[in-house]
Amino acid sequence: MNRTSLGGKLLRGVLWVAFGLFFLFPLYAMADFSTRNLLKGGRTLQAWKNLVQDDALYQAIVISLLLAVFTVVLMLVILVPTMIWVRLRAPWAKGVIEFLCLLPLTIPALVIVVGLRNVYLWVAYFLGESALTLTFVYVVLVLPFAYRALDGALSAIDLKTLSEAARSLGAGWFATIARVVVPNIWSGILSAAFISIAVVLGEYTIASLSGFQTLQVQIVLIGKADGPTSVAASLAVLVFGFVLLLVLALLTRGRRRTGAIDAAVPAPTTATQSGVPT
Amino acid sequence: MGRRIRDTLPLLPFLALVTIFLIVPTVTVIFSAFFADGVFSLERITALFSDTALAALWKSVLLSGSTAIIGAVLGAVLAWLIVSSPPTSVVRRAVISLCSVLAQFGGVALAFAFLATIGLNGVLTLWVQQVFGWNLAGSGWLYSLTGLIVVYTYFQIPLMVIVFVPALEGLREQWREAAVSLGASRVQYFREVAAPLLTPAFLGSALLLFANAFAAYATAAALVSQGSPILPLLIRAALTSEVVLGQSGFAYALALEMIVVVAVVMVAYNLLVRRTARWLK
Repeated sequence: MNRTSLGGKLLRGVLWVAFGLFFLFPLYAMADFSTRNLLKGGRTLQAWKNLVQDDALYQAIVISLLLAVFTVVLMLVILVPTMIWVRLRAPWAKGVIEFLCLLPLTIPALVIVVGLRNVYLWVAYFLGESALTLTFVYVVLVLPFAYRALDGALSAIDLKTLSEAARSLGAGWFATIARVVVPNIWSGILSAAFISIAVVLGEYTIASLSGFQTLQVQIVLIGKADGPTSVAASLAVLVFGFVLLLVLALLTRGRRRTGAIDAAVPAPTTATQSGVPT
Repeated sequence: MGRRIRDTLPLLPFLALVTIFLIVPTVTVIFSAFFADGVFSLERITALFSDTALAALWKSVLLSGSTAIIGAVLGAVLAWLIVSSPPTSVVRRAVISLCSVLAQFGGVALAFAFLATIGLNGVLTLWVQQVFGWNLAGSGWLYSLTGLIVVYTYFQIPLMVIVFVPALEGLREQWREAAVSLGASRVQYFREVAAPLLTPAFLGSALLLFANAFAAYATAAALVSQGSPILPLLIRAALTSEVVLGQSGFAYALALEMIVVVAVVMVAYNLLVRRTARWLK
């Protein structure tokens, strides 16, 4: 791109500024709006203090954070052994597992929640009516992202040799997975975990239509009476998600594509699975 | 055979979870769209052709279509800007991370971003009021279809960036050099080499954007608290008040309609991307 003319440079500069304004101004407006004192004029941090002081909102934040943790744990506990097993002992099932993992991209969350009523009658019957029961359906929601991240990491290592070496030295399956394979795919696990956290903290559709008070549901509820607090909470979630993904991108520096981006693109299976990430 | 069964056992937790929380709800929707209380009936399906439902579908298509086109074009331009900056720069990573957040995890927050910007007391609204004396938020257009188009663009462009950057990165420098050494101008290179290679990826991405907007719920639901101008909001109305339109279980038929539209679009998307994958590896 060293042949770029002055006009080209100017055009590029103008475009950067235009896009920058369009994307950053609303974020700036959120910061401005949430610190505005509607009653007396001037500035106040009351809306931001409400994140901890407002009981309902604080409870909702705690629930959403717990949901994020539970979702990540359950997702890893179920998906990591499954994906390793498929590669080692049940390669004939790889197509099915991949299809099922990517299926939530084609079935909108709104559709899932419409059909979920009967399922949740049973879940409530066995586990009680806690918002934390959303964990199960959230694991399904994060499957496509988590699958991509883990699949990339698993393709990059020689899984067969590693596990055969561990097994021939006397390690059981649990030790092989926990102490040999997992340390080798930590970047994939980190990507899967971070993206899952971002998904869960931002999820509104299923929680609101199932009647659970998660963070996003509470934000919308509060917004009807107290705009600045909702805007503050929204901005906090966006910034948190941004920091999470940026840290991830910087941690996986050196790879040509970061896990976050690979995992985020709902490309079809054939385009992503062959070949080792560079 | 026995071994195969034994090898399948470790997959059971995964299969059980996906079956209960993904397959069962989907099958429930499809089944309940045709069966009311266990009896086959086309009543719910025919309700899809009522004026309310058709109007919602049409507005959803309009919203998804327009934001897919705007998002695809502007997103492709932004993707080009990003790709022509150095690949290791922190700025580039920050821009991609921001795009990822806005495209996929924004939801409700984006509605509030625009309320804070061009809502009744929005920052930009007040500025424009002071400086020019115009009322930017006049007549509450932010809560109408026009408003939704603007807000949706805010997550469609970033999604386009995320999907299209890999395609642009797949264009090899050697191809440009080969074209230039054979005497092609920059315009010729773009028109004869780059554009044909990128067209399937571009169209595929536009389809993906369409499906994304069509199925999106959170942003619209947070912005429009009353009324149901688009399909997802009509589903909300049907779910939260069972008697809407005097028809219980109408939500199932609407959800089926959504599955069908999204599935058709995604199949077309997959076909197009497979074509791209042949070249841009």
